Amino acid sequence: MKYMLLINHGDAPTPRDPEAWATLSEDEQKAVFADYQAINETPGVTPGLQLQDAGTATTVRVEDGRTLTTDGPFVATKEAIAGYLLFEADDLDAAIELAARIPAARLGGAIEVRPVTGEW
Amino acid sequence: MVAVLDQAFRDEWGRVLASLIGYLGDFELAEEAAQEAFAAAAERWPRDGEPANPRAWLVTTARNRAIDRIRRDRTLAEKTRLLEVPTATEDEMDETTIPDERLELIFTCCHPALALDAQVALTLRTLGGLDTDEIARAFLVPEPTMAKRLVRARRKIKAAGIPFRVPDDHLLPDRLAAVLAVVYLIFNEGYGGRGDLAAEAIRLGRALAELMPDEPEVHALLALMLLNDGRSEARFVDGVAVPLSEQDRALWDHSEMERGRTALRRALALGGRGPYVLQAAIADLHAEDPPDWRQLAALYGELARLTGSSVVELNQAVAVAEAGNVEAALGVVEGLELDRYHYLHATRAELLRRLDRRDEARAAYERALELVHADAERRFLEERLAELS
Repeated sequence: MKYMLLINHGDAPTPRDPEAWATLSEDEQKAVFADYQAINETPGVTPGLQLQDAGTATTVRVEDGRTLTTDGPFVATKEAIAGYLLFEADDLDAAIELAARIPAARLGGAIEVRPVTGEW
Repeated sequence: MVAVLDQAFRDEWGRVLASLIGYLGDFELAEEAAQEAFAAAAERWPRDGEPANPRAWLVTTARNRAIDRIRRDRTLAEKTRLLEVPTATEDEMDETTIPDERLELIFTCCHPALALDAQVALTLRTLGGLDTDEIARAFLVPEPTMAKRLVRARRKIKAAGIPFRVPDDHLLPDRLAAVLAVVYLIFNEGYGGRGDLAAEAIRLGRALAELMPDEPEVHALLALMLLNDGRSEARFVDGVAVPLSEQDRALWDHSEMERGRTALRRALALGGRGPYVLQAAIADLHAEDPPDWRQLAALYGELARLTGSSVVELNQAVAVAEAGNVEAALGVVEGLELDRYHYLHATRAELLRRLDRRDEARAAYERALELVHADAERRFLEERLAELS
């Protein structure tokens, strides 16, 4: 089965917010990078591309044939997806275990695990 | 003959269904096929007699129905070229060695990726063999709501890839705790009045003890349920709740309680000291006359540390009071943050009454009455309050 793991940072500190990032010790910061690297090198994982922060998002809708754009993400900024990766695994248990290894999951964020059906 | 079939249904449904899911890898297909096989049995067995090996007959019949269905779907798929359908295998099954895959099934049904109410419903449907409308009635929801809940749960199992297997060792403690919680929840629903659910939970507990003979908590849960269920006849008189100390012991089912004690000894022999072992030991001590309140207070204390539960601390306070230290118990009760819990106020009232602080006791009974829902308990509290007036 193929799963998409959608990463929500929530309150998790990231290097994009230096003040929050500084609340982590140097060892914790190193562990975050090391963990992401280990996850990206896990067999079955297709790393996702990095997304710029949710403040840079533009949301597009079409109403009566007119394209409407709004500044910001579709959901609240805090709930916006921060990143993603794809994981080819035997079953949901394996995907849950990988999700639990993603640093955001333990630092105040959350990972949504969604099975992928295939091409549109 | 119908009775024989009912018995066969109850005994075999879970095993037949588990074996089909293991074979087909598809919950919905397996359940449909099992249902067809049981319907065929209901029609044929009374007419032609029960087969020598009912389980093998049911599994083989259901498997054949499922294979037919897959074939039909495949033909359709070839016509439309939209679906990919796995090829049905038709190897002959050795009818004497149908693997028991109920354990895989219960771990699937109680997977934490499913909502708790879905776990409960699915467990009762698949392992207990209860009909959707029976489960709906037991949980006081409309039948279509329960049907939707079950459909959604089955779909998620398939779509999300919830595995049909016993979890690996490193996941087992948490996952087993989830399974036991579901069974105990079913028991407690039944203990509140719906006796058939309590019996169903005990059946599940017994099956688990048979399937996981080395897990102390499994035996302990069975012990806990048997010890409590053995006292169920004495819990209410004319709709009024009877406290344990005042129950008519002649109404207790002593043989059921003895079976509970046997299960508890087994759990202890396996080195168990988990929450269900402690709860079963507590239930066992409560049945003694008079109970050893000191030991009870110690066990409640251990359970409170393990679970961090204020409700358990409240019970510990009761045991401390019964052991003779009413003042200390009152101190503990008044430190607990359980203001919305009627037992806290009922307990406090009882302790104040024993200390002869009658006005405060009355006020506490009145507060408990504001919060209580069950009629039987309300009547008990009203009687106590009347005694103080």
